[in-house]
Amino acid sequence: MSTAEQIRETPSSPTPVTALQNGRWSGYVHLLDARVRELRREPEVVFWVFGFPVLLALGLGIAFRNKPADITSIVIVRGPAAQQALDLIRQSGHASAVHADVLDRAQAMKGFRLGKYDLVVEVDQAGTFKYVFDPARPESVLSKSEVDDVLQTAAGRHNPLSTSSVVSSEPGSRYIDFLIPGLIGMNVMNAAMWGIGFAIVDMRQRKLLKRFVATPMRRSDFLLALASSRLILMIVEVGLLLGFGVLVFHMRVLGSVAVILLIGAIGALGFAGIGLLTASRAQKIESVSGLINVVMMPMWIFSGVFFSYERFPAIIQPFIKALPLTALNDALRATILEGSSLAAQGSRMLVLGIWGIICFALALRWFRWT
Amino acid sequence: MTVAIECRDLRKTYDGKVEAVRGLNLQIESGECFGLLGPNGAGKTTTIEILEGLLQPTSGYVSILGQTWQENSRELREWLGISLQETRLSEKLTVRETIELFASFYHQPRGSDEVLDQLQLREKADAWVGKLSGGQRQRLAVATAMVGNPKILFLDEPTTGLDPQSRRQLWDIIRGFQQHGGTVLLTTHYMDEAERLCDRLAIVDHGQIIAEGTPEDLIARLGGHHVVEFEASGNHADAAAERWRGLPGVEGVRQDDGLVCLTVREPHRTIPALLDAVEAQGGQLEHLTTRQASLEDVFVRLTGRHLRED
Repeated sequence: MSTAEQIRETPSSPTPVTALQNGRWSGYVHLLDARVRELRREPEVVFWVFGFPVLLALGLGIAFRNKPADITSIVIVRGPAAQQALDLIRQSGHASAVHADVLDRAQAMKGFRLGKYDLVVEVDQAGTFKYVFDPARPESVLSKSEVDDVLQTAAGRHNPLSTSSVVSSEPGSRYIDFLIPGLIGMNVMNAAMWGIGFAIVDMRQRKLLKRFVATPMRRSDFLLALASSRLILMIVEVGLLLGFGVLVFHMRVLGSVAVILLIGAIGALGFAGIGLLTASRAQKIESVSGLINVVMMPMWIFSGVFFSYERFPAIIQPFIKALPLTALNDALRATILEGSSLAAQGSRMLVLGIWGIICFALALRWFRWT
Repeated sequence: MTVAIECRDLRKTYDGKVEAVRGLNLQIESGECFGLLGPNGAGKTTTIEILEGLLQPTSGYVSILGQTWQENSRELREWLGISLQETRLSEKLTVRETIELFASFYHQPRGSDEVLDQLQLREKADAWVGKLSGGQRQRLAVATAMVGNPKILFLDEPTTGLDPQSRRQLWDIIRGFQQHGGTVLLTTHYMDEAERLCDRLAIVDHGQIIAEGTPEDLIARLGGHHVVEFEASGNHADAAAERWRGLPGVEGVRQDDGLVCLTVREPHRTIPALLDAVEAQGGQLEHLTTRQASLEDVFVRLTGRHLRED
């Protein structure tokens, strides 16, 4: 380019010749747009935010799926009477409910220890059946009574009472139904904490925050854009996990999708506040990574993501219920599984809101842009 | 001429201990290109960041275009274009997206095409920032500073680490901005950059200005525009220094690792006398060179240290 062209194209600084004029929200719109573009161009983000939770749901859903007709796996210790035991099971008419292997004693015990078998059956010289089971494993206890039943009946026991059973395994009461709302809640927390906390410290470390505040950018626009990008992602994440549950595991969603998304939004904003506080001063991404994990750790354990928090002692239940993820998970479960209304979740939303607002207020006081 | 940047008795103490800036005064006119020259750690960046309103001074007065940061920060932000020493812009955005993002913060920005052309980034408009070379990145950093159509451009070490061609490209861009009425304040530790680009400059050391003026002025203050450097065998430093000072036309003598540097007014008078003096001592002359005095000589003269010793 020649100098003459350069001069013509460069407006003199004090009197702009360009007619461009930006409105009030131009900065916000561009910040949000840039954020979404950046996330889309980062394959790792796409995997961790979208792929990983679905894989987790798939894996856990398969591992804890309700076994067809509840087959119990047992092992019979090899010996002279082993065949007799096997024959009794076959004759019983319940053969399909019991899967039996015959192995040496050591191997049988090993399989039992590893959880491959629920029960070990050994017949001694006197013809006595000995059951080895673990009272701490529910399936082991069940297996013992079931196999005993099968053997006694096959051996000629007469049941004096006439009974009949009806099988009930409705969607809504299975483990996967419990799991999916918990995964949604955990994912909303993870994504908000990392998406806000990590992103801010990363930008601070790169001096990009400082560069931004050296422009007329409104700081509130910047925070608003980050929060908005979380909300957009949250809708996709929740939709994906719910859709996955419905399509793959035939889960039934009883509550309205609008209420579920609204709860997700309140959760995402609450955790965005916590993420902002976590990131308010940290200068290095290493230190904020540690902080984020410390903040989330108790909630992974206590807030009923993978198992019910009712298993914890009563004395710590108030503490558990005060955790934001507990409130979010409980609200999501009540809505998705029981069709509860938003109004019924008021107190849980309040817990989330209080966490979010207090953290946001503290974050604004302590926040370092440089 | 109106005053673009003014500061009086500027001080900045970190954690109550480290005095980064110790009583600094500046007055920069509109349309000037002013340079802060000094070694790393001299307080240049602290000073420029206080003037940019990014750091709070411990004490002192700052006024930019007649406004103060306390009263008019929003307006001032619209008027200033800033390039920090090291900003890593988002790698996954394209050059054009980055410029448009920064443009969106200003009330009346320039068009992105115009800025792309001016900064010679047109060909890279759709490339990701992560794929740019060092020189291209630095031009992009300056582009984000110029997209707001600023009255004053603040550049903190704009060419550090760049190859000679990229440096010259940036110099042209900075000069172009100045030719259109813009004011520039830049920091540098490159002599040649300060000499070529700046109308006036201040040499900063240990948080204070130790000399200020036009580059020619500062060099003239050395006493001579020429430097004669040589090494002589059988030359015993302390005793010899006085002898060199006595030679005709010598204004200053400096010893530097066995090398003797004379600041002289008229080399054609000094050199014959020097040759005679060495011969009279029975010594032998090695490595005789003469060159124009530079800001480096000014700096060494003022501080006894080289600019890039660190």
